[in-house]
Amino acid sequence: MEFKQTRQGYVDALIELGAELPELVVLDADVGKATLTLQFQEKYPDRFFNCGVQEQNMLAVAAGMSLAGKIPFASTFGVFATCRAGDQLRNAIAYPKANVKLGITHCGLSVGGDGASHQSNEDIAITRSFPNLTILVPGDYQEAKLATKAAARHIGPVYLRLGRDKYPVVPEIHDSFEIGKAKLLKNGNDITIISTGIMISEALKASGLLSQRGISVRLIHMHTIKPLDREIIISAAKETGGIVTVEEHSIIGGLGEAVAGVVAETYPCPVQRVGMMDVFGESGPAQELFDKFGLRASNIVEKAEMINSVKNTIP
Amino acid sequence: MEDKLAVLKSKCIHIRRQIIKMVYNARSGHIGGSLGSTELLVALYYHIMKHNPDDPEWPLRDRFILSKGHCTPVLYAVLADLGYFPEKDLLTFRRPGSHLQGHPYQPKTPGVEATTGSLGIGFSTGLGMALVAKMNGEDQRYFIICGDGELQEGQIWEAAMFANKYKLNNVIAFVDRNYLQTDGNSEDIMPLDPLAEKWNSFGWATYEIDGHNLEEIINTVNDADKSDRPVMIIANTIKGKGVSFMENAVGWHGGVPSEEEAAKSLKELENGI
Repeated sequence: MEFKQTRQGYVDALIELGAELPELVVLDADVGKATLTLQFQEKYPDRFFNCGVQEQNMLAVAAGMSLAGKIPFASTFGVFATCRAGDQLRNAIAYPKANVKLGITHCGLSVGGDGASHQSNEDIAITRSFPNLTILVPGDYQEAKLATKAAARHIGPVYLRLGRDKYPVVPEIHDSFEIGKAKLLKNGNDITIISTGIMISEALKASGLLSQRGISVRLIHMHTIKPLDREIIISAAKETGGIVTVEEHSIIGGLGEAVAGVVAETYPCPVQRVGMMDVFGESGPAQELFDKFGLRASNIVEKAEMINSVKNTIP
Repeated sequence: MEDKLAVLKSKCIHIRRQIIKMVYNARSGHIGGSLGSTELLVALYYHIMKHNPDDPEWPLRDRFILSKGHCTPVLYAVLADLGYFPEKDLLTFRRPGSHLQGHPYQPKTPGVEATTGSLGIGFSTGLGMALVAKMNGEDQRYFIICGDGELQEGQIWEAAMFANKYKLNNVIAFVDRNYLQTDGNSEDIMPLDPLAEKWNSFGWATYEIDGHNLEEIINTVNDADKSDRPVMIIANTIKGKGVSFMENAVGWHGGVPSEEEAAKSLKELENGI
């Protein structure tokens, strides 16, 4: 299996877009070596602005640049973009619908060694509550590229959630990318797994394990958290009667709650969430942390079987 | 110039009366800081800035950003008087459905250049615009007004460094220095002095003026235009200027006048204190 970084997909797309869109500019807050935007700077030095360690100023400067006709991509880590500069993200970007794109890396537990201070497990919850903001969570390198290109051509603010680690390449999600349109990867009848971001590889593994046990799985890759593809969720609730959500994010305020909200209001059925429980992470290799905090195919299988047994007791 | 100054002075009276009426009518809004920064906005909009109310999107216009976004009454009164939108809209200020939000909202209000209100944001937004003008080789100017309390925000000093790095000498900013913020005197709440030294050390050309003296405002901007650095003009003002019981009174940051107080204010503004 091949492993690649989603942040590399982001920057490779930026470099390609640089040639097509002269208005595109990139800002960073002294983490360009980590977000990889320094690779863009190498190619387009006059269109790159290193703001130093000042995320708050950077996001509002980006808003100003968008008002003056540029398409700014601002990059930093998830914790800084949404918590430290959350006010600027809300008031300078989301509220006035500034045409700013946030290329945000180091999201989720897979940040690894830097520990809980740098592991953004709440950024979806925060950004999802801001009106006007589109939220994209690509599943691998190639889809990160597609999502970045879609974000650049979308008019309005976009939050692009990317990771730090190398993640499995998943050819099943490389065909196309349409904002707001989830990808149906398997069309089963017994239960649905809805996954977002890089958890797609674990979700695929889980769906394989479940079909070995005779359970027919519907697998949906929800790369857009907002606007949420409600139709595909409602159909899944109606046709499979149970849903497991999977995300590298807190179970509070993330994909799981978004899906549960749609289901509860339209076609109630059991929903189980796989994600970070209500705890902070810790330092360690990403793979070990995924084991420790329950972000594995086995955790998905467990929840799916739990739902299946409940479903079978309902007359 | 004498005639011009007389016209601007009478304009200040009109704008101040509009401020009182708007806040009285809305039963909410920020009078003190609006009255205190009236000369700054009048000098900018009626004399200094290149802009065209008939073509609010004219690309080469000078920009004005009210970073102390709570002082919308003075901004809206000026924009309405200039014809950016109908004067009658002022009566809808802070009402449901109005384009005149409590704090400036750029997508809705003609003439409003940036969405501000959370302090510090307008300042950085203005710098972002100014940076693009530099990239494009355009020579319009970016005028930004900050409150003095606003300078306590960390973001302001991030932005101060940023403007210095990118040599944004197309930015002419003002601090409305009235020494009063919501909870009291700025030097008690969180001291700012020596303010000019701070801005100088951050690489800004710094002036200190009487923010109610129209001629001094105009002359200072003329001089600031030649600067090779971003410019900060510390405009010493009196919060609540023009109304005896509001001048230098902490309670008139966000206070709303009674019918009697409103009438007294309008009379004082007409006849002088």
